[in-house]
Amino acid sequence: MNAVLQVENLRTHFFTKAGVVKAVDDVSFSVERGKILGLVGESGSGKSMTGYSIMGLIDAPGKIVDGRILLNGENIIGLKHEQWRGLRGNRVAMIFQDPMMTLNPVLRIDTQMIEAIQAHEKISSVNARERCRAALVRVGIASADERLNSYPHQFSGGMRQRVAIAIALLNKPDVIIADEPTTALDVTIQGQILFEMQALCRDSGTALIWITHDLSVVAGLADHIAVMYAGKVVEYGSVAKVLDAPLHPYTQGLLASVPSRNRRGQPLKQIPGMTPSLLEIGSGCAFRERCPYRMPDCEATPPLSPHAAHRQVRCFHPVTGHSA
Amino acid sequence: MLSYTLRRLFQSGFVLLMMSFLVFVGVYAIGNPVELLINPQADDAERLRATIAMGLDKPFYAQYLAFLGTASTGDFGRSFVFNVPALSLILQKLPATIELALFATMIAVVVGIPLGLIAGLKPDSFVGRAIMALSIIGFSLPTFWVGLVLIMFFSVHLGWLPSNGRGDTVDVLGIPVSFLTWDGLTHLFMPAFNLALFKLSLLIRLTRSGTREALLQDYVKFARAKGLSNTRVIGVHVLKNIMIPIVTVIGLEFGSVIAFAIVTETIFAWPGTGKLLIDSINQLDRPVIVAYLLVIVSLFIFINFLVDVVYSVLDPRVRLGAQSGGGH
Ligand SMILES: Nc1ncnc2c1ncn2[C@@H]1O[C@H](COP(=O)(O)OP(=O)(O)O)[C@@H](O)[C@H]1O
Ligand code: SF4
Ligand SMILES: [Mg+2]
Repeated sequence: MNAVLQVENLRTHFFTKAGVVKAVDDVSFSVERGKILGLVGESGSGKSMTGYSIMGLIDAPGKIVDGRILLNGENIIGLKHEQWRGLRGNRVAMIFQDPMMTLNPVLRIDTQMIEAIQAHEKISSVNARERCRAALVRVGIASADERLNSYPHQFSGGMRQRVAIAIALLNKPDVIIADEPTTALDVTIQGQILFEMQALCRDSGTALIWITHDLSVVAGLADHIAVMYAGKVVEYGSVAKVLDAPLHPYTQGLLASVPSRNRRGQPLKQIPGMTPSLLEIGSGCAFRERCPYRMPDCEATPPLSPHAAHRQVRCFHPVTGHSA
Repeated sequence: MLSYTLRRLFQSGFVLLMMSFLVFVGVYAIGNPVELLINPQADDAERLRATIAMGLDKPFYAQYLAFLGTASTGDFGRSFVFNVPALSLILQKLPATIELALFATMIAVVVGIPLGLIAGLKPDSFVGRAIMALSIIGFSLPTFWVGLVLIMFFSVHLGWLPSNGRGDTVDVLGIPVSFLTWDGLTHLFMPAFNLALFKLSLLIRLTRSGTREALLQDYVKFARAKGLSNTRVIGVHVLKNIMIPIVTVIGLEFGSVIAFAIVTETIFAWPGTGKLLIDSINQLDRPVIVAYLLVIVSLFIFINFLVDVVYSVLDPRVRLGAQSGGGH
């Protein structure tokens, strides 16, 4: 196996005054070198918290309560603070959703880039700066030298996200987690950044986890896909297989709600009902209130189980048996 | 930038003019200084002579214009009581007040910002709560009461710190200062702490809320995601952002520290302008009162101007905005 990152049965819960919020509750997937995993799900399904868990950035009252995160085969849960800090931004990097908020408004770009290198290696500021310049060029920022001396507010949203991407690439990480990095940008820039990220990761062999609520983004980008619902991965497999023949009723519903070329003219279907609250969520399939295939046995919690080659689904009655 | 500065200067001039008028009217309205200054047995002729000598026989507007004319040259008239130029009297006492105010501000900064930072980083811890409780106490106790309690405890009961005066001073560039002698320092400490207490509480709160807000920002999360140490995240990313409002408030509040010094100086018999003002009010020494108020207003205006400059240095968004604005 050459999986760079394997997440196994990860559970991250928030112990709030109102009760336990099971934000991440049994999430498993893996990513290989140079490959892209799309992590898809509605807002609030636990995608960001999965990413933060891998980064070791879960703050109280949150806590990783169970599972393993294997980075190059080594379980990083339980690492000492300082060891985990050494991985952050170095072996695993993360890019956030809103580029207007992720760069510090009062620090120059060079300060914010150089510190990201110097946090992990002893290197002179001059040499570090040269690497930053090269990184900016790689993400398509013109007159990089001048840009290094600028402040974030002198950049457009798309440019800021490119800077954030350049920062993530600085230490040649094994994995980059991109948390809806194009959602806040306009469509043309979205497309450019998507395309560039794809090329950058393929070239450098970096594994990419692309978090999004938009299935259509993943379709053209990812190799594998993990669909999340209410804190759980409900379906996992290669993009082609999952999108061609979704096994989980939720994936099927998601697909039906995406506009697509070959179903032009047909009305889009919304999944009826609402996402359950993750606060004090009980047992049973979390999707059952909205599921057209619900059966009495769905009152138990389905496990994520293998289905055909390299596919997994969390459902007692996967869609294959039905006429989808 | 130039037009901005000119506009600021013009505004400042206008504020000064308005203040001079208000101050003059206000002061003119209180009592008749002649009654206090001449011998109660003096006859009418002598009384008239004193009135004319002080220019108090002229109509109000003439007095004001005459005052404006001489004030614009830095001449606020002579103190009725000391018979020396009022301005020089103020300037002679000003170093003591400024020393007290600076020292108080320093205490507020050196103690308040770290405490606020701790309270902001650990808001639910025992220490965090204790700091907040202290700041509430510091906010709500009246300055004069705290001053008296300090004197009772440290001077009367323990006998550790002297309770009045500046103590020994040494001259720095011709200005007497207390903080460079041990005796002076012991005299300075209690009044400075008394004066600092309110600002200290203010800074604790300001730093705490700024820290809590900054910690929730994406740029802090991103800084941590880069693998920066906590020290760097807090010491650079958080602190640099919260310093902008903090420096602004420290600067703007410096004026009110000087104003509040009136109470503290009176309690601790600190020979500054505040004590001079109270004495002058008691003796209806009009030129000194007027000179005091106008000097303090000028100081306020000057400080505000400095704060603007520092603010623009700290916040690149303001700095660069002003630059490109100047290019038009
Ligand atoms: N500090 C917190 N306290 C309580 N619940 C939280 C906290 N942070 C996140 N959550 C919960 O975790 C769940 C998953 O959030 P998130 O991972 O951000 O979703 P997504 O990124 O998929 O939109 C949400 O339901 C949210 O309410
Ligand atoms: S387990 Fe049952 S309720 Fe849940 S998705 Fe499958 S069929 Fe629907
Ligand atoms: Mg999210």
